[in-house]
Amino acid sequence: MSETQVHRPPSTAAVRRIQPMAADAPLTGFRTLLHKEVLRFFKVGFQTVGAPVLNALLFLLIFSHVLDRHVTVYGDVAYTRFLVPGLVMMAVLQNAFANSSSSLIQSKITGNIIFVLLPPLSYRAFYAAYVLAATLRGLFVGTGVLLVSMPFVEQSIANPLWVLVFALMGGGIMGSFGVIAGIWADKFDQLAAFQNFLIMPLTMLSGVFYSIRSLPQLWQDVSYFNPFFFMIDGFRYGFFGQSDASPWLSLGVVSACFVCLAALTLAMLARGYKLRS
Amino acid sequence: MTMPAIRVRAVTKNYGALTALAGVDLEIEQGEFFGLLGPNGAGKTTLISALAGLVRPDSGVLEIMGHDVVSDYREARRNLGVVPQELVFDPFFSVRELLRIQSGYFGIRNNDDWIDEVLARLDLSHKAGANMRTLSGGMKRRVLVAQALVHRPPVIVLDEPTAGVDVELRQGLWQFVRELNRDGHTIVLTTHYLEEAETLCGRIAMLKAGKLVALDTTDNLLRRFATHSLRVNVEHTEVALALGGRANDDGWVEFDFDSYTEVEAVLARLREAGAGLREMALGEPDLERVFVELMHRV
Repeated sequence: MSETQVHRPPSTAAVRRIQPMAADAPLTGFRTLLHKEVLRFFKVGFQTVGAPVLNALLFLLIFSHVLDRHVTVYGDVAYTRFLVPGLVMMAVLQNAFANSSSSLIQSKITGNIIFVLLPPLSYRAFYAAYVLAATLRGLFVGTGVLLVSMPFVEQSIANPLWVLVFALMGGGIMGSFGVIAGIWADKFDQLAAFQNFLIMPLTMLSGVFYSIRSLPQLWQDVSYFNPFFFMIDGFRYGFFGQSDASPWLSLGVVSACFVCLAALTLAMLARGYKLRS
Repeated sequence: MTMPAIRVRAVTKNYGALTALAGVDLEIEQGEFFGLLGPNGAGKTTLISALAGLVRPDSGVLEIMGHDVVSDYREARRNLGVVPQELVFDPFFSVRELLRIQSGYFGIRNNDDWIDEVLARLDLSHKAGANMRTLSGGMKRRVLVAQALVHRPPVIVLDEPTAGVDVELRQGLWQFVRELNRDGHTIVLTTHYLEEAETLCGRIAMLKAGKLVALDTTDNLLRRFATHSLRVNVEHTEVALALGGRANDDGWVEFDFDSYTEVEAVLARLREAGAGLREMALGEPDLERVFVELMHRV
């Protein structure tokens, strides 16, 4: 340093008291984090919303072309009509997971997670913001899939409340799962393993593309151990008023999964697992 | 007696077999410009991270403006602004968006007046709408400072903020930080540039292997540990070395003493021994010598 003047700090008596700015409202931190997480996925909307909608549309076109004239489900439901709710829910689940997990791992790897850890945000606000943003992305993509399917399928919704409840619960479960995976994974490779070896098989084998009644008994029984099956099946019940399992059983399983995952995620965040050493 | 800006009491932190902090006690008064020095791995960043709530100490107490960083973390964090060592940023947002978001995390909405002032003082106003990815390293560093200030914290910690920063930006940054200190903010600085600490800091703590090995005013440290020196360039180096001089890498010979009154006697001995004096220079005590002395002594 070329400068030679030595700085003298003020004596204690001369110090002016600086007060930090007052917080406006107790939920401002949570709302800001939620807003930021939603902005984040909208800023790359082609990738986070457009691409999964296109993906689902391709599934719909291909499977309906091949199977629509040959397969009916629940007696008289055309295959394409049956398929649409499955694709919508699959989009909700996969995108809710992708949102929270990718946001967290990117923040951890680039180091900008520090900007969320330094402020006085509670771990509950942290959890609620990430999971709600993940659910919103799932709902946006799911709605997109439903909208693009409309020119191809005449769809009616028998019980909209069941549709909404299962969509929200599914988004919450997968958003929580994404928070766990994003915090646990140290590199993108580990997160991809989570996605490709766990989420993808469980989703594909959950009855998105078929009714489990068409499976041999053994595989029907195995399906009952897959929580994704209950999410899809309950959601589909909202559309047709019919499902493979009782909607109340599905609601019970899905609610229990949500409560367990939320408790696990909150416990991890409260301990600061892999976030605060 | 006012409450200290920072109070650290018997803080320990171990990572497995590695001791990062071995019972650190420290108080920093409000309005101080305080230097935290030490070699790599001494525990500086661990101590700062513990103050910021990023690291949880194994034992001990840390307080910011009287607020415990664990039990009263909300108030403690509202009173603290940290400029991190790494050049981290969120690539999705512009500078203004980032500062608004950071304000929101602290519970503050409609903070644009203060954000505009901070941007202006950091010479970033013209980049308010620019995405972080498009900024130079120096500008990103200034945005980090702005992010630490959005909630106008009384205590500001700068963890090696000038590492890899060019001279012009460094000078500008220090001018700004001095202004903040004059306004009443407590500044805690870690730096590898000891000249910076010597020029800026009123008081300095030195850490080594997680322990505090020195804590005093900068002037006292210089008086207590650093010696004056006379550097000479002579025709016969071996003669000067035989008189008690120390060889330097540049071929000069250096003599240490406590007071400049001894200079005349050293020069007389060199002349009598026929060393053949060509050039000479006096060395002021500096923090680097104190640092080296302490790190080797303790």
